[in-house]
Amino acid sequence: MQAKEIVVPTSAISMLRKPDPLSDTQMTVSMGPQHPSTHGVLRLELVLDGETVIRAIPDIGYLHTGIEKTMEKEKWQQVVTVTCRMDYLNSSGNDLGYVLAVEKLMGVEVPKRVQDIRVLLTELNRITSHLVWFGTHAMDIGAMTAFFYAFTQREKGLDLFECVSGARLHQSYFVVGGVRWDLPPNFLDLMTEFLDGFPAFLDECKRLVTGNKIFQRRTKGVGVITKEAAIDWALSGPTVRGSGVNWDIRKSEPYSGYDTYDFNVPVYSDGDVWSRYLVRMDEMEESWKICKQAVERLREPGPFMSDHPKLKLPERDLMKQHIDVMIHHFLLASEGFTVPVGEVYQSIESARGEIGFYVVSDGGERPYRVRVRAPSYVNLSALPAMVEGSLIADVVAVIGSIDIVLGDVDR
Amino acid sequence: MADETEIKSSTPRYADASLVQARFAGNIEEITEALGEVTVVAKREGLVELMTFLRDEPSLRFNYLSDIGGLDLGEFATPRFAVAYQLYSIEHNHRLRVKVFVEEDDAVLPTMWGVWKTSNWLEREIFDMFGVSFDGHPDLRRILMPADYEGHPLRKDFPIKGY
Repeated sequence: MQAKEIVVPTSAISMLRKPDPLSDTQMTVSMGPQHPSTHGVLRLELVLDGETVIRAIPDIGYLHTGIEKTMEKEKWQQVVTVTCRMDYLNSSGNDLGYVLAVEKLMGVEVPKRVQDIRVLLTELNRITSHLVWFGTHAMDIGAMTAFFYAFTQREKGLDLFECVSGARLHQSYFVVGGVRWDLPPNFLDLMTEFLDGFPAFLDECKRLVTGNKIFQRRTKGVGVITKEAAIDWALSGPTVRGSGVNWDIRKSEPYSGYDTYDFNVPVYSDGDVWSRYLVRMDEMEESWKICKQAVERLREPGPFMSDHPKLKLPERDLMKQHIDVMIHHFLLASEGFTVPVGEVYQSIESARGEIGFYVVSDGGERPYRVRVRAPSYVNLSALPAMVEGSLIADVVAVIGSIDIVLGDVDR
Repeated sequence: MADETEIKSSTPRYADASLVQARFAGNIEEITEALGEVTVVAKREGLVELMTFLRDEPSLRFNYLSDIGGLDLGEFATPRFAVAYQLYSIEHNHRLRVKVFVEEDDAVLPTMWGVWKTSNWLEREIFDMFGVSFDGHPDLRRILMPADYEGHPLRKDFPIKGY
């Protein structure tokens, strides 16, 4: 596929072609780390010729908090509290990847209901994460209104997370072996209410931005990356599906029962900002479909935790009758459990792409090493390949379209 | 929407490494399988040839480098460091892990920049966090820590509170 010609409004062309004494001089501009379009603290060193970007060098690490190091000192069950702090917009996805990896190491099967709860909340989180992207991406390009619509709806989604876990962003609701506690009794009704109102809202968003001529001209043919290059740079998630690669881990390597859900994987093949925009807009609709199916399955009550003796705390009345049960409870709550020696690589489809956990256990009660394959980190590494040769204003559009979260990039 | 062939649904599937075993017997120390995941423990010599073969061989086609993860086995272990490459094939929907061990006093690996572009930042992170350097890397600098930082935070002898 050939890179498309960049569509520039005629007024901009006349501005560019004006004779300029500095036009043959290259200039280096530092964009960020406090620039509003960089979604956190990303600094870009841009070598410019006029308005054209000759080189772009991302400078990251401002948000590095040593999360992989912190994980080595936490117990297996406590690590969940830091996984959700990496990609703070999609914390359920992070937690899910980690707990699946540890469950694979331990050989634990979780009950059906746990799988459905996890799918429901992960997809709800995908919707709220994509809403942040939708609002900020449109705002970066100049469509201010969309931001308020997106964030109003996102608030409703975050209220649901607060209802189920007590926290709006860092839920830490998934634990190894299940979920922390059962869903609150009114949760499914609140969820249904949210889901019923969602299609009308999404339709409104589409009418607001998708048909907007200015938005289309700012995004079509901008930041093109071909299918081959996208695979070579290991892009994942909506970013790679905007380049025509039909690859979604929920379909190719289903986890947590995703193979039993009916949903499509949107793929667009132009590889530009516009394609990636369309992929995410369609994905919200697919996530909505998955949520609807999960809600119906969760109407039946069931266990919310695996029966594995290392994971499930003993029943309270048994604990008060038997000293050995009491000891077991005490040890489990204070010392935690151990995980057999081994290594696994578990990857799942987060809102940003493939988030992978390479977990190594030495048989102790803490992980020996947890390596996180962060989708934002890998997607950002391809930014120079997408923006070099385009206009500086397009850099803003491209950063928005790969939907990075700097907490995920820097960890 | 683009017309693409449907990917066959399956759980994580690891590739059959017997072909690699036969072809690169001298460069491979062992092939292990645990929890359904296949690990090829390779030697540093001939690593680029092995990876290029894994990428180009039609029946394997590992065109997607998911991740490179570093591992410190502790300051008294020899070899001290391990580097694990998680390979994936979008075409065949299978995975493979290639692991290489390096000694602390000779912690150098060949770069995979010529095989997969994504290795650029992944290798820089390992250089930053473990001090394993990559021979032939186009831009080997620290990436997450400041440029004038001393020490490698993910080494096991690095205190959790920092120096």
